Amino acid sequence: MKKESREYAAKDILYVCMMVLPILAGIILRVLTKPLSEGINVTGAQIYFTVPMPIQPLIITEAQINSWLVMIVILGACLFLTSELKTRNVGVRQHIAEWLVEKTEALVLDGMGEYFMGFSPFIAAILGLSALSSLLSLFGLFPPTSDINVVAGWAILVFALITYYKFKCGPLQYVKSFCDPPLLAPLNIISEVATPISMAFRHYGNVLSGTVISVLVAAGLQGLSSLILGWLPGFLGEFPLLQIGLPAILSIYFDIFSGCLQAYIFAMLTMLYVAGGFPMDLYFERKAKKLKNNITLEEK
Amino acid sequence: MLELAIGIILGCCALGAGCAMIAGIGPGIGEGNAVAKACEAIGRQPESIGQVRSTMLMGCAIAETTGLYALVIAILLIFVAPNMFVNILMNVIG
Repeated sequence: MKKESREYAAKDILYVCMMVLPILAGIILRVLTKPLSEGINVTGAQIYFTVPMPIQPLIITEAQINSWLVMIVILGACLFLTSELKTRNVGVRQHIAEWLVEKTEALVLDGMGEYFMGFSPFIAAILGLSALSSLLSLFGLFPPTSDINVVAGWAILVFALITYYKFKCGPLQYVKSFCDPPLLAPLNIISEVATPISMAFRHYGNVLSGTVISVLVAAGLQGLSSLILGWLPGFLGEFPLLQIGLPAILSIYFDIFSGCLQAYIFAMLTMLYVAGGFPMDLYFERKAKKLKNNITLEEK
Repeated sequence: MLELAIGIILGCCALGAGCAMIAGIGPGIGEGNAVAKACEAIGRQPESIGQVRSTMLMGCAIAETTGLYALVIAILLIFVAPNMFVNILMNVIG
């Protein structure tokens, strides 16, 4: 009994390390590699190193490293929550894990219907990855979601899913779905292509606009406080009077509220588009017809 | 002469970015309408507050998209376009 509990404790420590260490590693990497800069500047993801490749050199940026760190954190959190699963005497962790699973399943059932219940792990993964990626800016790290490449990758994944479910009734039905009024076919094709672009731009633009506005406000406050206290000598003249606390109010909106809201919206739109593109009635009609044919064939 | 050309490029990029952000009017009006209607709906049926709130947030986020397109274009015009245009100019002059 004692040995088992010790094993559990060791596992827990490992999982907690998995949750905390990646963020520390990210901060250390950032501090070590960040070039010293004067004044305000809005930059994209910093390139850490390039790997020589046959066709094109592979560029490893901050966004990639940070999103891998977020993935490790989420993996650690999942393992931490789901260790020691029991049927009786349920602990706090299992309660949290069950609550998360139930909430996601209710969300998917609400948004997509019963046929798509298998989507709930995917939706939960999108929600967790997106929300934690945006919340990474609270630690002073570069949020991967403010790089369009990361979000465009997710949007392309969603686009592939939409197309797969549109193809479920055969290629002819897929082509037919575009020419509902035949004259509007070009517009329908454009709007189909615009779906992933608008999803990527929405998420990326929201997170990036928060960063840009925060930087501008911080710079403006710096100017104001130097205007107020600039006439004082020495250290007092550079005292950041207005920068204490005021940017934090903006941070609550842009980092916490906006980040979580965008994760929710990305997940909701994924569910909406995938469930909306699937011709459910036709698919089940055909399935029923096929089954009927099979039965009659067997009878013959 | 070259300085004048570069000055025109930088000035027009900044002007263009400013003009692009006029698009912010549209989402502002749209989201204001959405929130006003949501307030009315909650006033009429206070028990449906949860559903109305989530639908409203969703609609607001979608209405915001046009504003975000403008923002992306403005950011491109400020941070990316000047470099690109000056490089093109240099290539043309040789």
